[in-house]
Amino acid sequence: MPDEHRTAATRPASNEAATLAVYVWRGDAGGGAEQRFDVPKQDSQTVLDVVTWIQQQADASLTYRFACRVGMCGSCAMMVNDEPRWTCRTHVERVASDGELHIAPLRNLPVIKDLVTDMDPFFDKWVKAEAVHHPSAGRADGFAAVTPDDPQRIEASAGIECINCAICYAACDTVAGNPDYLGPAALQRAWTLYNDSRDGGGDAILDAVSQSGGCHSCHSMGSCSHYCPNDLDPMGAIAGLKLATTKRFFGRGKGGGRS
Amino acid sequence: MTELRLYMAQRLTALIMAPLVIGHIAVMIYAVQGGLSAGEILGRTRGSLFWALFYGSFVAAVSIHATIGIRTILSEWAGLRGTLLNGVCIGLCAVLLVMGGRAVMAVTFA
Repeated sequence: MPDEHRTAATRPASNEAATLAVYVWRGDAGGGAEQRFDVPKQDSQTVLDVVTWIQQQADASLTYRFACRVGMCGSCAMMVNDEPRWTCRTHVERVASDGELHIAPLRNLPVIKDLVTDMDPFFDKWVKAEAVHHPSAGRADGFAAVTPDDPQRIEASAGIECINCAICYAACDTVAGNPDYLGPAALQRAWTLYNDSRDGGGDAILDAVSQSGGCHSCHSMGSCSHYCPNDLDPMGAIAGLKLATTKRFFGRGKGGGRS
Repeated sequence: MTELRLYMAQRLTALIMAPLVIGHIAVMIYAVQGGLSAGEILGRTRGSLFWALFYGSFVAAVSIHATIGIRTILSEWAGLRGTLLNGVCIGLCAVLLVMGGRAVMAVTFA
């Protein structure tokens, strides 16, 4: 994104309209509505900057969630003009439509208040997908040799930069239609662990992702991979799980279900 | 594991249907060359075990394949769950099997 790297000095002095019309969803689990705030425009302003300005300058009761501000913690995801985005790394000038921003809590998750959603269903599904470490060695054992160019390790490494932001979960239409669906992030984590030579739960993972709402519910629409802010490919990971479960179904899996 | 079985059943029936669809279309194109009439079709299909098996397996595969697909749509779009969902789908599968089976019987049994 070359635009985002331009300095203030080289940026065209546009800013004819000095304010942004920002519509923020206010409410709780019982319902709510958009509230308009006029926020001063600034160079290199992020959507999180806008929300922070509102909370600090206009209405201290606005509730939202953030931590690192640099795209590492995954806590500031919101719907921005109806698309899920990591707000700390999303520049206003890239997403504002006619000088307007509509900011809402993440889709597919219950709202607690304003822009804060309850993430419990999202993380509960990680556990349900067996996306947890299954130790295969104890402290007395030596270090596991991990070869970076091993094909299975390459599959595992492809998914390890997930920051648990739930943007894929909010983007997924299958989650919207099927509340039991485990979702792209949990399934991708399961696929990562399945391919990790240090994880001893291959069969437990395949059992978990074969249950109702598991990887076979995915319709490969690809919103998860499209919206992932870290350019990961949950849809590809889910395809890997489908293939691994199919191989095991026909008795072609080996070594703890791995192939 | 039901989900996995349905997934496999849908893919396996797709594998069965693929050559049958190609065969069906190829024979249609071949058969219409000399003009097409009900008598001409029935003359070819009546009493033929081959066509009874060809279209019989086609009907069975379609009934299973289509029902699993509609089951997903009913679940995601209409919110049907559990016994109601399974009941509707078993009924739908039965309707497809009976209607398709009757059609196959009609053109293959003299």
